[in-house]
This record gives sequence, C-alpha cells and structure tokens, in this order.
Amino acid sequence: MTMIFGVPLAVFMGQLMLGLINGAFYALLSLGLAVIFGLLKIVNFAHGAQYMLGAFAALLGAQYLGINYWLALLLVPLVVGAFGALLERLVLRRIAHLDHLYGLLLTFGLALIFEGSLINLFGVSGASYPVPEALAGGIKLPFMFLPTYRGWVLVAALVVCLGTWFIIERTRLGAYLRAGTENPALMQAFGVNVPLLVTLTYGFGVALAAFAGVLAAPLYPVSPTMGSSLLIVVFAVVVIGGMGSILGAILTGLAMGLIEGLTKVYYPEAANTVIFLVMIMVLMLRPAGLFGKEA
Amino acid sequence: MMSQTRSFRRLPLARAVAANTLLVAGMLGMAAPSLAQDGISDGEIRIGYLADMSGTYRDLAGPGGLEAMKMAVEDFGGSVGDAPIEIFNADDRNSADVGANTVRGWVDQENVDLVAGMVASSVSIAVTKVLEEAGGLAIISGSAASSITNEHCTPNHIHYVYDTYPLANGTAKAVVEQGGDSWFMLTADYAFGHALESDVEKVVTDNGGTIVDRVRHPFPTSDFSSYILQAQGSGAKIVGLANAGSDTVNAIKTASQFGLTQTGQQLAGLLIFLNDVHAMGLETTQGLLLTTGWYWDMDDASREWAERYFERVGKMPTMVQAGIYSSTTQYLEAVEAAGTDDPATVRAKLGETPINDFFARNGRIREDGRMVHDMYLAEVKAPADSESEWDLYEIKATIPAEDAYRPLSESSCKLVSN
Amino acid sequence: MTTTTTTASPVAGKARARAARRRRGMLLVALLTLALVAPLFAYPVFLMKVLCFALFACAFNLLLGFAGLLSFGHAAFLATGGYVTGFLLSSYPGLTPELGIIVGTVAAVILGTLFGALAIRRQGIYFAMVTLALAQMMFFFYIQAPFTGGEDGLHGVPRGKLFGLIDLSNNLAMYYVVLAIFVIGFAIIQRTVHSPFGQVLKAIRENEPRAVSLGYNVDAYKLVAFVLSAGLAGLAGATKTVVFQLASLTDAHWHMSGEVILMTLVGGVGTLFGPLVGAGLVVSLQTQLAQSPLGNWVSVILGAIFVLCVLSFRSGIVGEIQRMVRKNFK
Repeated sequence: MTMIFGVPLAVFMGQLMLGLINGAFYALLSLGLAVIFGLLKIVNFAHGAQYMLGAFAALLGAQYLGINYWLALLLVPLVVGAFGALLERLVLRRIAHLDHLYGLLLTFGLALIFEGSLINLFGVSGASYPVPEALAGGIKLPFMFLPTYRGWVLVAALVVCLGTWFIIERTRLGAYLRAGTENPALMQAFGVNVPLLVTLTYGFGVALAAFAGVLAAPLYPVSPTMGSSLLIVVFAVVVIGGMGSILGAILTGLAMGLIEGLTKVYYPEAANTVIFLVMIMVLMLRPAGLFGKEA
Repeated sequence: MMSQTRSFRRLPLARAVAANTLLVAGMLGMAAPSLAQDGISDGEIRIGYLADMSGTYRDLAGPGGLEAMKMAVEDFGGSVGDAPIEIFNADDRNSADVGANTVRGWVDQENVDLVAGMVASSVSIAVTKVLEEAGGLAIISGSAASSITNEHCTPNHIHYVYDTYPLANGTAKAVVEQGGDSWFMLTADYAFGHALESDVEKVVTDNGGTIVDRVRHPFPTSDFSSYILQAQGSGAKIVGLANAGSDTVNAIKTASQFGLTQTGQQLAGLLIFLNDVHAMGLETTQGLLLTTGWYWDMDDASREWAERYFERVGKMPTMVQAGIYSSTTQYLEAVEAAGTDDPATVRAKLGETPINDFFARNGRIREDGRMVHDMYLAEVKAPADSESEWDLYEIKATIPAEDAYRPLSESSCKLVSN
Repeated sequence: MTTTTTTASPVAGKARARAARRRRGMLLVALLTLALVAPLFAYPVFLMKVLCFALFACAFNLLLGFAGLLSFGHAAFLATGGYVTGFLLSSYPGLTPELGIIVGTVAAVILGTLFGALAIRRQGIYFAMVTLALAQMMFFFYIQAPFTGGEDGLHGVPRGKLFGLIDLSNNLAMYYVVLAIFVIGFAIIQRTVHSPFGQVLKAIRENEPRAVSLGYNVDAYKLVAFVLSAGLAGLAGATKTVVFQLASLTDAHWHMSGEVILMTLVGGVGTLFGPLVGAGLVVSLQTQLAQSPLGNWVSVILGAIFVLCVLSFRSGIVGEIQRMVRKNFK
C-alpha cells in the first residue's frame, strides 16, 4: 500500500475529501461575509447566528409546516435573507454613517439576542434533521465510504460559491455592486438606487449564511449555539484571505478546510487551533492577507 | 444562631483533618456540642437551586430540575413543622465565579441552608469550597466528575445521582463481557476526557480486552467525520467515546452517517443522558449501550412519579431531575428528624439513613459524600421497538450499589481513613 | 470611535480646562471617600467583583477610547493573569499574594506584547477579528493545558497573607487591597491618558495618516498602548483570582471579551469614569437577573442593551452626563 507520511494513501485521500467538505462551509460563510463587507463595510457578527437561523428554519419548517428538505433549501435562504434585509432597513441603516466598528458591535448584540432567545425557546441539546431520502446511504469511492449527503454538500456549496462569483464578476447587477463598493456617491448620482442595493446585498449575504445552515442541518445537531464558534474560525479564514476578493474568500475557505483535515490525521490535538496558527503566520509574512488589497 | 454558625465556620481546617480518623458523623458530632440547638434558623428552611438555566446543560437539569424541586417541596407540605420552605434559584451560566459568588451571597446574606442542583463540575467544586469555608450544605445532582467525592471531597457536600466511575466501569465491563474485546478510544483532549479514558482502559484490559488505538480530539469538536474514518480503519470492534455533551452527540451522529455500525463496529457512549438520546432520535442511537442511575420507565414507582413530572413540564425527567426531587425530599426528612437545619447535624442525619424511594435502591450516603445506589445498564431501543416518544431505553442489567462506585479503599478523599 | 471635543479660544479653553480639572479632582476625592466607606453599606464580595471588572473595563477603554483600537480578545489577558497567579499561589504555598499577582500581570504583559505585535499589523475591523481569533486560540490552549484544570478550573487558590503580614481571608482586608490595586491601575491609566503619550494616541485615533506624516512611529505607540492595556487586564484577572480563589474558563471565553466591551460602551467609551460605572451596572444587572424569573434571559437582555447603546446611546452614561454638565456650565 502506498503510504503518505506514514498514512495509507486511501486514508489520506479520504481525509482530504472530508477536509474539502468542511472547507466548503468555510467558503460559503466567508463568501457571505465578504459580500456584505464589500458594500456595507461592516463585519457581520450575526453571520453565525444567521447560519443557525437557517438550520432552525429548516427544522421548524419540517416539523410544523411539512416543508421537505429541497423546498427548505430554496425557501429558507429567501425567508432568512428577507429577514436580514429587514434588519438592514430598520436597524443597520441608522448607523451606516458612523465608524464601521459600531456595525460590528451592533451585529454582535443581535447575535446574542438571536442565540439567547432560541436557547430559551428550544433548549440547547439541539434536534436532529433527517438526511433527505434521495441522499441517504453512501457512495463507495475507491478510497473511502462517502455518505452521499456529504458529497452533495460539497457539490451544492461549490455551485453556489461559483454562481455568486459569476453574478458579481460577470453580470450587470454585479457591476453595479462592484461600482457601489468603489464609489457609492457616484453611483447614486448616476441614478442607481444605492440604499436598495445595500439592503439587497445584506439580504443576499444573510441568505448565503442561511443556505449554509440548511446544508448543515442534517450533518450536525441543530442547536442555537451551532454558529458562534464556527464564526470565529471563519473570521480567522477571512483575516487569512482578506475580504477584498470573492474568489479569494472561496479559495481560502477550501484551503483551510484541507489544512484542518490533514491536521486531524497527523496531530489531532491541534485541529482546533491550526487555522489560527496559519493566521498568525500570514500576519507575520503578508499582513494584508493572501488576497488582500488594503495596505 | 448566628454566633453558633460562625463558630462552626471558624472550626479550623487543621482540626477537621486531624479528626479524620473518625468518620464524618463522629467528627461532626465532636463539633456538635458547641452548636447543638433546636429549631430552624430564621424560622425558615431556605434552599438555593443553582444550575445552568440557559447554556449547554440546561436540558439535563435546568428549569426542569427547579420544577422537580418545587414538586418535592409541595409534596412535603410546603413546610417542616411550622417552618415554611423557601426556594431561591439562580443561573450559574456554567461559570465557576458566578456559581461561587451566588452561593457566597446566599450563605452570607440570605442564610441559605442547602444548595442543590449544580451541573458543570467547575461550578460544583467552586461551590463546595465556598461552603466548606462558610459552613453550609450542598447536594450535587448534575455533575459527572468522580473527583467531587474523591480529591475534592468536603464534609459539606453530597454527590447524589451518578458519577463517571460507574458510567465508565458499568458500560465498559458489560461491553467486554458481551464480546466487545477490542476498543478504539475517541477521547476529548482535556483533563476530564483523559481521566475517563484511563478508567475505561483499565476496565477493558482487566477484563481481558485490548485497546487497539486511540485518537484525542480537541474539545469541543463539531465535525467528527475524520475521527470516525480513523476508527473505521482501526478494525476495533468497539468505539469508546470518552467525551461528553455535544461532542458525544456529534460523534454518534457522524458514526451513524458513515455506517459505522453497519460495518460491524459498535459504539459505547460513556456520558450520555436521556435528553441526548431523545434529541438524536432512535434511528441514530439504536443499540448504544450506556449506564444510567435511573430511568423513568423502570418500574411502577418511577413511572408514577415521572407521569406527574411530565404533566407539569411536558418532557420526561432525566435521572438528574429525578435525583433532585429525591434528594430534596431526603433532605427535608432529615431536617424534620433532626429538628434543626444546622448543616452539620443534617449531614450526619443523612449519613445514618438508608435511601429507598422511587429513585434510589439500596442507597446510602458514604462518609466521602458519595450517595451510592444501584445503577443500570441500558441499551437504546430500535425505532421499531419503541412505543412512544419517550420509550427509549431497555434496562439490561442492574449493577449493585456496592460494586458500582469507586470503593472507599481506592479513595483519596481526606475524610476517608486509608 | 470618537468623543466630541469642543473648540474655543485658547484663554477660555484654558480656564475651562482648569475648571474641568478641579471638578474632576473633587469628583475623585468624593468617589474615593465613598469607596472607603462602601463596605459599611454593601456586601464586600460584590464590591470587589465590581472593582475587578471596573479595572478590566478601564484597561479595555484605554485601548478603545484613547487609541481607537477595538480589541475583541481581551478575555485572553484577564484569563492569563488569573491562571498564572492561581497556579503559582496554589502550587507554591510560601508565595505571598502580591508576588503572585505581579507574576500574573507580567505574564499578561508578555502575551500582550506577542498579540499586540501581530494585531497592529491590521487596522479597524480586521484588528477586532485578529484579536478575537488569537483569544480563541488561547481559550483552546487553556482547555488542554494541564495547569489550568481544564473544564474544572483551578480551585481553592489561597488568599494568603499580604507581604506575609496581613491575613486576606478577612473580606474587609481583602477589599481594601483590591481597592488599592484598582486605584493604582486607575492612576496609571489617568497618567497615561493625560501625558504627551496619551495625546499622540488621541492624534492617531483621530487621524492616523496625519500622525504618520508628523513623524510619529504610529505602530510603536499602538503597541505600547496595547501592552499597557493587556497588562492592566491581566492585573484585574490576577486580583480576581485571589479574591474569588478560583480561575476558570469563563474568563477566557469570547463572551467575556464581549462583556467588557458592553461595560465600556454602557458607561461611556473614552471617558475616565465610564468603565467604572458600566462595570458596576453590568455586574449588578447580572447578579440581580441571575436570581430573578428573567434569569434565563440574561444574554438576550445584554444583547438588547448592546443594540440600544449602539443605536441611540453611543456616548454612554458618563458621556451623556458630561454633555449635560458642559451645557449647563457654559
């Protein structure tokens, strides 16, 4: 058997695959953060909570309204995204003219409210969301047994990531968005409704988080605290990649998933900290981040 | 009363340790002459319920435990003699400082007589240190750590429902006896996980089994797929989970997705509770072996109490919530029998009284504060065998009280003379 | 994050500054007197808790209010001070508490130097995320490290005898020690803010490029401010460990970093007394709420206060009072 650093090739490949799947979540979440940051210039601290809301919406939809997984995958991002847009309209807009740190603090407060309320309503043990029947079971790959659902998560996340990249970099709407990022005042002068653009952008970023939440629901227990610790890791990913580039956010997310996956094989004790260590290295060697533009 | 309480407080530790050749009861008896009094301080029995009401352990004890305590007080008639029973409650938010400060305040300012509940072991240990210094009594129902009545034992607390010793021993022994003799250990990488791991490894090897391999995962971990893959590659028959809470839940879920049990391996969960199994569902957890201190559907007495609890709370009680009811009742009976709520006297009284109720069988409180009682080996039912939402376990065997817990001969508690 | 500064003619400005200084002096004397007699009226353990958190919040405010750096990882320094002091005092019974506290503070200073050197490489929002990530790394480290007791935490840390003489197991003696430590920490912050160093920090906060073009080594100033703030946070953590005789993971958790931000925000960012007021308020609120029927809603209520403060109460309690005073005494 071929060995890679003392690990059979098959196991090594399997672990890479799993790392990539986790990386897909990092990519989706950091992409959402990057989209929001691009136009609003705030770091959305409620992103983890909105990811959690996505998972909960899917769970409650199934329990009380009989909404199946596929419908949830479509509806939940719309509903949670609309809720995000409403938040932007009613709350975030009031502080848009202030130092962007206030945006961070405000969304932090919102995250505490969402998380705390759901803990009181549903407890913390979390509940299970069943794997949709069409994706139950597993695929026998040459190097591992891959649960079909995990394979689906990877494909779905990549499609959404690349779709987002395409919209922003290649379409007219995306062009507005990029121009709005560069110079909102000029865009306004050209007759583009910038406030509407801001609302929609925030809503879209939140929808991405909610989409990730629905994807995660069958994998992990759906619990109110599922988003907060994940978010801190995603922050580190964002610091590593920089939020300036859409493709950069996606690539960094996937790469960090891979690195974390390999750590779990070679030195599992450090699996929780490895991404932070990479962040420290990047800060020392390339302070602006791998894809960063800021000085 | 106040001055007498203070004199108990000032009882120097040195004297307490010097006296440890005697049993606790004897030692407290020695202090008793200076405190002997009749009656109830402030004319009220004050019980403080301290637990995680909003965090990770909320469903294990939390608001349900408070309700169980209220039931116990109501069933007792709301007073002991003429002294009404008052319940204080606070959320410790799983924080040792919040817990210790709350209890310090309760004892200093409110003259609380008993502190009960408590889940996170950091909170329990912090609280018992405060009570040892200030003079008070605690009955811990929620915590798992067996160190609470071992190196952290004090004359001021009782550990009531369970601890990791019977959970690890009971489960591991039963599994090896059923032929599960090669183990892969999946251990949370911190002191608690390491202790659990070494407990299990000892039992497994003593009973003729082997530990094939182990992996230590960071605490907490949400994605276990990598470790499950490693466990599958190890070829071990049993995958032992030396972790707790959400880590255990995540590991079990992931194992089920990766078809661990279909490839002939079996999971052994060490710290897993009714609320976890309920949350994960039987599809995921079926066949899991675990040890429990109590199960609502164990017998008529248990069912009768559990049904009453269910009507008030809407969920079936965990063993911890049942233990809170049982221990509160035991405490009130001891106060009634002793005619005082003085902590030392009540503690001595509790130590003299065997406990047999809907919760505990063959129970007694040892000098190290451990309440030993029969424990049960349970297997999680298959979905097809379950008749209702909460019909989750089948009790496979009883582990007698005297075999279940760490024997006093192995104790490092300062109150035990070895 | 800016506080309003009024511009006026130099002479009037000087007179006003003198008056303000006198007012502040009088307020300080009044507060100190109040603090000295406070244990007669209030529960000393509670007062000590407030003082420890007030020092923590003051340290945090030095960074946010006067250097404009939002650290989301200050829990790491509080915890480091606490764990190091706790570990030393429980492992070496001969060690006096003041030595333990000093070593704990030094440990926080060292950690602050490392983290500061990394974090100041990025600005604004990135700075906040970097500090948060670094603090989370420390949290994981403290769970795994053998000397912290993991989830159980460190317990039974002896209070010992100050200088080997004064028995601190007496709450009243302990209270005055904590008060003294707080006053020292507060004086250091006060001195720093009003020194030329503090003025440069403010200049950096207002306009960093201009400070650079004036020839200041901006990074060095930021680093010194960060290290000072980390050290004082460590001092608060070390003192807290001695008072409560325990150190636990709660202090290292990111919730704690959030709480200190809230204290500072509620009291008034960039004011000297704001963090003190904020800490008093948040600690009392938590104590009261924990024992009320609303106990389960603590984090929701804290979150709501956060949102409210940011939306419509940005200068905090002390900031609002100052504005009123300024208006009435024109």
